[in-house]
Amino acid sequence: MNRTGRLIMFGISAVALAAVLVKGFAGLPHFGDYTGVYGTVINGIGVTERHATDLVTALNFDLRAFDTLGEEFILFASILGVVLILRELREEREHPHQEEAEEHSFAGASAAWRALALGLIPAMIVLGGYIVLHGALTPGGGFQGGVILAAGPLAVFLAGRYLRMKVVAPQPLVEAGESIGALGYALIGLGGLIFAGVFFKNFLPLGTPGHLLSAGQMPLASIAVGLEVSGAFLVGWTEFLDQAMVIKEQG
Amino acid sequence: MSFLPFAVAAWLFVAGLYGVVSSRNLIRTILSLTVVQSATYVLLLGVGYRHGGRAPIFADIPQVSTAVDPVVQVLVLVDIVVEATVTALLLALAVQAHKRFGSLDPNDLRTLRD
Repeated sequence: MNRTGRLIMFGISAVALAAVLVKGFAGLPHFGDYTGVYGTVINGIGVTERHATDLVTALNFDLRAFDTLGEEFILFASILGVVLILRELREEREHPHQEEAEEHSFAGASAAWRALALGLIPAMIVLGGYIVLHGALTPGGGFQGGVILAAGPLAVFLAGRYLRMKVVAPQPLVEAGESIGALGYALIGLGGLIFAGVFFKNFLPLGTPGHLLSAGQMPLASIAVGLEVSGAFLVGWTEFLDQAMVIKEQG
Repeated sequence: MSFLPFAVAAWLFVAGLYGVVSSRNLIRTILSLTVVQSATYVLLLGVGYRHGGRAPIFADIPQVSTAVDPVVQVLVLVDIVVEATVTALLLALAVQAHKRFGSLDPNDLRTLRD
């Protein structure tokens, strides 16, 4: 189908969709008139029963921990897919010592920018670690902190030193981090099965709400997910950057 | 305008779809898809909002405070992770499509059946 045909089809469908939406909006409860039971119950008992002050994390790593296991393996499998799709093809060859990759200068990578990027690495890692560890207390958790952790080594690329990024975050290390994180999260679920009789039931002491070591399995689950997410993002970014800078078609 | 957030979600959805349909570049198609997905964030957060509700984080507010629904917030988190993975996979496919066909225009991908 050509572009005009697609646009005409889209126009007809959009009118039909608009009709359905107008009908749907008319029947919706007004914005702010929330009557959900599940959310209300969790807001009422979350802190006293789960000992976490961030109820989003309490849901993620305790009440809905089994769903998070699936979410985590979606991430794992799709990064596996990215690695497979972007593998070295038959007619391609890696040139890891190419001048342009070593000294690839990102637009405007001045000395000051490089110094700033170097300073960003420890700052990002500290911030990421803080967000991961405090997931059960304040906004954050493994997913959010993991992305920030992964952004630390990426700053080396922004500083125009792509191959050094692989020194800061070596491929075997990030792949191991991703796998260990995914495995660790599944093991927490098994721990619940063994020690409490139910898969992903919180089997660790709940502690005092608001303390760093509280909410049972949540800090551990957060660390496992943080490892997995930061590993997965770094593996993915490395694959894409390899395409741009290292793999060159032969001839 | 008590249904404004839902209207915004619908607008994002349709605007993103228009981007997908009218795109002449695969990267633009993928970015438009992320606009479609962001409609679900607005919708979910809109569904869980309660008048005067605060974030469901009781670190510095009393436990009896009115808070918005934490369940939809978790769903949004899941949604964001899924969007990131879908985008990564599609971008990887776009990279290989460009290598194979030398173009990112969806109309140039017709030799796929060869």
